[in-house]
Amino acid sequence: MIKGNFIDNLPKVYGIYTGGFLAFIIIMSIAEQMGMTAKTIGICFVAFTVAIYAIIGYLSRTAQADAYYVAGRQVPTVFNGMATAADWMSGASFVAMAGGIYFKGYGYMALLVGWTGGYVLVASLLAPYLRKFGCYTVPDFIGTRYGGNLSRFMAVVVLTVASFTYVTAQINATGTIASVALDIPFQYAVYVGLVSILLCSMLGGMRGVTWTQVAQYIVLIIAYLLPVFWISNKMGAGFFPHFMLADEVSRIAELEAQFGFVKNSAENLKEVPKGLAGITKAHSAVNATPWAFISLALAMMMGTASLPHVMMRYFTTPSVKAARKSVGWSLFFIFLLYSSAPMLATLSKLSLIDPTLPTGIIGKSISEVQAIDWYQNWNQANLMFVSDFNGNGTLELNEFFMGGKAVVLATPEIAGLPYVISGLVAAGGMAAAMSTADGLILAIANAISHDVYYKIIDPKAETAKRLVVARVLLVVIGFAGATIAALEIQGILGSVIWAFDFAMSGLFFPLVLGVWWKRANKEGAIAGMFLGLVSGAAYLVWVRTGGSGFLGITQLTFGIFGSAVSLVAMVVVSLMTSAPSAATQRMVDEVRIPSGKSILGKQH
Amino acid sequence: MSKQEQHWEKSRGLLFMTLAIWFVFSIGIFLFGAEMNEVTGPFGYPLTYWFTCQGSLGAFVILIFWFANRQEKIDEEFGFSERGDD
Repeated sequence: MIKGNFIDNLPKVYGIYTGGFLAFIIIMSIAEQMGMTAKTIGICFVAFTVAIYAIIGYLSRTAQADAYYVAGRQVPTVFNGMATAADWMSGASFVAMAGGIYFKGYGYMALLVGWTGGYVLVASLLAPYLRKFGCYTVPDFIGTRYGGNLSRFMAVVVLTVASFTYVTAQINATGTIASVALDIPFQYAVYVGLVSILLCSMLGGMRGVTWTQVAQYIVLIIAYLLPVFWISNKMGAGFFPHFMLADEVSRIAELEAQFGFVKNSAENLKEVPKGLAGITKAHSAVNATPWAFISLALAMMMGTASLPHVMMRYFTTPSVKAARKSVGWSLFFIFLLYSSAPMLATLSKLSLIDPTLPTGIIGKSISEVQAIDWYQNWNQANLMFVSDFNGNGTLELNEFFMGGKAVVLATPEIAGLPYVISGLVAAGGMAAAMSTADGLILAIANAISHDVYYKIIDPKAETAKRLVVARVLLVVIGFAGATIAALEIQGILGSVIWAFDFAMSGLFFPLVLGVWWKRANKEGAIAGMFLGLVSGAAYLVWVRTGGSGFLGITQLTFGIFGSAVSLVAMVVVSLMTSAPSAATQRMVDEVRIPSGKSILGKQH
Repeated sequence: MSKQEQHWEKSRGLLFMTLAIWFVFSIGIFLFGAEMNEVTGPFGYPLTYWFTCQGSLGAFVILIFWFANRQEKIDEEFGFSERGDD
């Protein structure tokens, strides 16, 4: 069926794959008509997709260092774009983002701007230059550009802190979805999720992760867009929701004015299960101060440019030119999902709160709402709650509570779509969380195996031994992440945002100035990474323990403080110590032009 | 000035232009979020709301491709582009 080189056949391979997946959805919907239970459908969706990823992971097995670390540097631009998009869009983007927009409206949408605008910084400041450098990992760049084991080691520390914070959230998300879809307790589901994640990356490293991420992107984008279009059409809101929801947005504003945002007393709120929220902020009106919005967006943008698992995706392209284009494609594929999240939030909110719609529940009597099928299901799953605070017998806007995940997971059911869509959404959420977790675990394991073990501890190690160490670390880090995830310390979204702040505190300026400021030297970089990370973390602890903070920097934007300290420390210390050697300066000159050999050899 | 210095000067100019456009769509317009939201934007959405869910995001996509093409031209002009094709 397929002749010749795998890379040349990519469009064909993934075309067949997409067709096969669509056929699977159709078969499942026929099975549903014939009486297959909802539970079996959920299991089929998750098991079928995970099995495919595992097969891809197995077929991508390798014993070569450059295939393991950078997928042999032959991933074409568009496919690298898809892989990056899957790498990027986590369980938080897929499951929690529309929910956040649903509850908080405009103020929350700073994340949409931040998580896309950061790619402009990636494309213009960093990715092409790091690709020219030819490194395997981000600390590889820091260690070679600035020189010395200490700078390399500091970069590994920052990378590990940021990525580990992030990965526990992703394993948590895979566990949540696996526990719902397979109907097993969360404590076990976390490990089921972990095994699925490791199946993709263990044998093939970056090569395995690349080709599974492309497959995961295809699943997650179908799983996100199909329900949005379907719901919009079913509600009669318009066949292309992105261009046609203006009436719905203004209708929500009208209803908000009519209902008003009644504040619940603390006593009443105690009744509400943990993690559920009501609608307390306007949907489309500007409800945040400019600085609150901009600071959050800025922190996310700078964090994007500092997160190693994203940056290392651009090490896999065949050329510098391809790395630049590939960033554009990545953002295009991300845009497809991010621009749909607000539309889903709008449709979901209107279908629940508009009393003139058959699905609307506000204004109905409490007992009537409590008798609805889907309400009972999601109430049982601890994601929905109503209570008659004012005792008038009807449900008011402030008496309805929902979990953030429910907006994506429950809306298809509320809108009356067949269960096959809910199964599809579960598979999509699983794909999103798995692909990000894979990228992160690989980033940490590669940094430790390549930069700490090979470059610092045992530079004479043979390739086979290096790759064994890399794989052992992969498993160890995965299990550590799963164990912490099983404790359920922090919500998914909170820890994701922290990861961005940690990364930007320690890495943003050492990376950017490494390319753009020749005078930056080793001492400056070490000071920048160390003081940036420490001051950022200290600020977080201070605010979390009741500190008031300053300049409106909150626990979600502490990276702004951390990176400012990092910049000052790096510039001051660099200028106080001697300029980098002539060889280093020549190296920076070399990095700035795309042609010629890369700084580090193909195998290093 | 050597060829390499000229190339870098032009690349830096392009960077500043790119960052200026990026600044407008990621920060600039949100300084005036409340005022701009009174205006009706594309497809009938309130203007600032539209920028947060479509406008700025789309602008970033276009900006990156535009930047990549311009940088390629600069590299070609000075003979620094890679020979192999992607």
